[in-house]
Parts: sequence; C-alpha cells; structure tokens
Amino acid sequence: MKMHYDVEGGEFINVGTASSQFKKTLKMLGIGADIIRRISISMYEAEINMVIHANGGSIDTEITPERIHVVLQDQGPGIENLDLAMKAGYSTASRQAREMGFGAGMGLQNMKRNCDELQISSVLGEGTRVEITVYLNQES
Amino acid sequence: MTVGEIVEKLGLEVACGRDHLDRTVSGGFVGDLLSVVMGKATEDCVWVTIQGHMNIIAVASLVNVSCVIVSEGYAVDEDVLVKAEEEEIPILRSKDSSFEVVRALVGAGV
Repeated sequence: MKMHYDVEGGEFINVGTASSQFKKTLKMLGIGADIIRRISISMYEAEINMVIHANGGSIDTEITPERIHVVLQDQGPGIENLDLAMKAGYSTASRQAREMGFGAGMGLQNMKRNCDELQISSVLGEGTRVEITVYLNQES
Repeated sequence: MTVGEIVEKLGLEVACGRDHLDRTVSGGFVGDLLSVVMGKATEDCVWVTIQGHMNIIAVASLVNVSCVIVSEGYAVDEDVLVKAEEEEIPILRSKDSSFEVVRALVGAGV
C-alpha cells in the first residue's frame, strides 16, 4: 500500500498533517501501537525538519507485510555537516521555530532512536532525502 | 489517579476533553521543547507546558499522554481545542507556573 503527501513549507502552526494522516491509516490497518508510535514520531520529526529548514517537500510511504517505509524528499538547502546535525542539541532552526518549541536539536536523535533503519543523503543547495524504515515482524 | 482527580485537586480549568477525564495518569513530564517531550515523555503521563499552539496536539497524540496542562495562563487557540477534542486529549489550564503546577501534582500523588 502506497501513499503520497505534499508538505507545504513556512507554516509552523500546523506541522505534522501528513504524519497525523499516516498514523490514522496505520491505526485503521490494525498495526501495533508501539510500531505506530515509533514510525509516527520518526516521520513527524522528519516532517518538521522539512517545514522549518527546507520550505516543504514530499513524502512517500509504503506499507508491506514486512515493513513500513517512509521517504521524505525536499529541495531545501541541504545539510552541511551531517555528523554535526546528528549531534544531540545541535540545531540551525530559526528563532521563530525555536519560540514555538522546535529546534531543540533532538529531531534526528529521535528519528534514529525510533526506527530500525535511517538513511539520510543530502546535497548542499539541492536538497535532502530521508528514508525511515520500521520492520513489522519483530518486537522492539 | 485519573485526569479528573487532578483537575479537582489542582483546581484546573478544563479547556476541552471533558468526556475523557476518566483517563488514568501515570507519571508526568514538563517541557516546552517539542522534540525533548517526544523523546522522553512516557505514555499516559501528564504533560505540563507553556506551549498552547497546534503542534502540542500532534506531540500529545504521538506520545499518547493522558492530558496536557498549559501553565502560566498561556492561551490555547480555539482551533487547538477543536483538534484536541477530535484526538480525545483533555487540555487543562492553570495560571500557576510550571513549577507550581508540578509541585501541586507531586503533592496530589502523581
């Protein structure tokens, strides 16, 4: 089962629409609560990043009997130093984003911790692609 | 302990979710940085924050907290309350600081 979501940039007030819709779909499919929590947190963090750093992008999800796979692609500025970005507490979020409680520098950490596989590829000036996988057939 | 008991003991304003006050509360978390809350808050906890905007509903729902207490008298937008009602998350309000709210929660036995 595949789904596609377009994420608009710039609007901090209602971030997470795609993640919340996807979460509802997973619930309807009867996926376990812990799996839903993990993939939803990962996807929500990635969706936030897309909105506050890259002016939006697109998300494609695929659910198979084995796994949930989420691909987030944006045409944003790219990540200059991925190792640094992965460090807890490091953030380049704007002041406006921080005032709303984003920009704690914990997003990538949360993504990594809540999924089974995380792949990030980024090209400066071209964009970032984030792939998140959670396996369905293993207890976490 | 239930959300309703907390409302009563702390004298909180129920901004929405009146039908879900029977939910059990175990533990609590205080934080205004959303990613920290998502990373550390546990299921069924009471979440104390000064944030009153739409994104708290996404976080509250993802973590599956039992209720949110918006402290310091911060306003909660009407559309946030509508969304919270949809997600069945009680939003409670207090004029007290987060510190005072937590002190009262601890005193109440959370």
